[in-house]
Amino acid sequence: MAEMAAPVHNWDQDPILEVQHLFMRFGGLVAVNDLSFKVGRGDITALIGPNGAGKTTVFNCITGFYKPSEGRLVLAHGRAPTEEELAAVTLNGERALVGPDAGVYLLERMPDYKVSGEAKVARTFQNIRLFTGMTVLENLMVAQHNTLMVASGYSLKGLFGLPSWNSAQKQATERAKYWLDKVGLTERADDPAGDLPYGAQRRLEIARAMCSGPILLCLDEPAAGLNPRESLELNELLRAVRAEHGTSILLIEHDMSVVMEISDHVVVLDYGTKISDGTPEAVKHDPRVIAAYLGVDEDAVEEVEAVLDEATGTQS
Amino acid sequence: MDVFVQQLINGLTLGSIYGLIAIGYTMVFGIIGMVNFAHGDVFMVSSFIALICFLLVTTVMGITSIFLALAIVLVVAMFFTSLTNWAIERVAYRPLRGSFRLAPMISAIGMSIFLANFVQVSQGPRNKPVPPMITDVIVIMERDGYQVTLAWKQIIIMVLTTVLLAGFWYLVQKTSLGRAQRAVEQDRKMAALLGINVDHTISLTFVIGAALAAVAGTMYLMYYGVANFADGFVPGVKAFTAAVLGGIGSLPGAVLGGLLIGLIEVFWSAYFSIEYKDVAAFSILAITLIFLPQGLLGRPEVEKV
Repeated sequence: MAEMAAPVHNWDQDPILEVQHLFMRFGGLVAVNDLSFKVGRGDITALIGPNGAGKTTVFNCITGFYKPSEGRLVLAHGRAPTEEELAAVTLNGERALVGPDAGVYLLERMPDYKVSGEAKVARTFQNIRLFTGMTVLENLMVAQHNTLMVASGYSLKGLFGLPSWNSAQKQATERAKYWLDKVGLTERADDPAGDLPYGAQRRLEIARAMCSGPILLCLDEPAAGLNPRESLELNELLRAVRAEHGTSILLIEHDMSVVMEISDHVVVLDYGTKISDGTPEAVKHDPRVIAAYLGVDEDAVEEVEAVLDEATGTQS
Repeated sequence: MDVFVQQLINGLTLGSIYGLIAIGYTMVFGIIGMVNFAHGDVFMVSSFIALICFLLVTTVMGITSIFLALAIVLVVAMFFTSLTNWAIERVAYRPLRGSFRLAPMISAIGMSIFLANFVQVSQGPRNKPVPPMITDVIVIMERDGYQVTLAWKQIIIMVLTTVLLAGFWYLVQKTSLGRAQRAVEQDRKMAALLGINVDHTISLTFVIGAALAAVAGTMYLMYYGVANFADGFVPGVKAFTAAVLGGIGSLPGAVLGGLLIGLIEVFWSAYFSIEYKDVAAFSILAITLIFLPQGLLGRPEVEKV
């Protein structure tokens, strides 16, 4: 395919997140092996792959849950950093370089609470992790803790109920109400989150993540366990999140109807390495992806590749 | 009847003090799942801080208004006790957070021994008395020469406890800090992923627990008029019993448990035998653990999967 002019992709031009040579080893096991990919600003990017491919591990590295064994995770606020900026922040050992119009954060250097609080990356989990003992509204307020703490001058002011805190509190409540409305849970605002049905809990998790004001939202299997109607609603919600809030979305998903329907960019992992990367259309027809999903053995993949290479006239 | 009313008043006063200490146990247990055995000794340290401060305020600074002196003592004791407990958490518990479950608890026992011995060495092993602070009483009943009295200091203790608990309830239920505490209690990792600084939140829990213990310590000093290095242990364990009785992890439970333990202790002393009052209190601990392990207001433990 060398002679064809490569189409220009948004993720190459304006990446919000760049994963560079990421390795994650657990003892002798290499869960993620030299993985590099880009997440475009404003894109919905899907990370797919068979079970145990290392998708969740990648998420855990991005959100500060794990410290990667090797690699650099560059998150860009505003615009992608120039080479010089990136080199500067990497070499001077800082976590982040924040300018007036843009900021670059090296996620692998940040503790988990700063990945959310400062770099503005939010995530949800495969298994739902709501604060089940708190009300639905409180769940959404907890996510705005940072904003409120800053506004309250670390709670002393908040305790005395000074005006600036009150207005911050009001704003936080407004934002929570907005998201409650968005996910259709307004009537259940004061119920314990644990009492909600499964599908509603999934939506609440997304609402909670959005309340923390992220620029990148990482969703780990958001459609898992949803019925087809709920799946469709989820697609709508995710589209709305992107369209109305400009939040870029990175999601892990097994439900191909969701992936093919909403994503702009698909990255395929298998055994911790990237086997394909491109538009949903391109990935769908990639023989290595088909092989990985159908569980064909190595020889078959090589055969297919050889045929393909012959056809396109390149040498692998 | 008159004896009953008198003991009821005494019991509620003592129970208020236990309740304030019990909150420290229950909050720390709630947030990091550890029984902080040093908490009773933190309470003891606070009564020494209050004692030193009281003597300084009355002799060196020459403040004669007892209420002003008490207010200053209270604030100073709360501040320094909080600082002490913050330092204890930082030095003895935080480094062990990733360790096995028993490690911080053993560290807490060590801390308890350290605090008691440090105070014994630096302040001496004998009872340290303070001059009686508020001696006025109100006679509310009199029959056959037996007076039922309500001392001003008892009123102060009960009112202050009520006010503090109301403020504390507001803090936990309504403020951002309180929500963060409850979130960390339920799922520490998730809370961190929502931008909550877990270490800070845990530190603040220790600080708040210590501030309440300092109020209890100051009240204890005012009520009994003495401080002793060994005074941390028994009130500490009783407050722990109160926390277990009320349901460990539950804040209203801690207060309810404190009041019940105070009442049980006082009534037992009045109607049965004063020598066995501690036995009565600790039998409650055993009985609660056997028959009602989740306590009066605690949630039953649900295994997470």
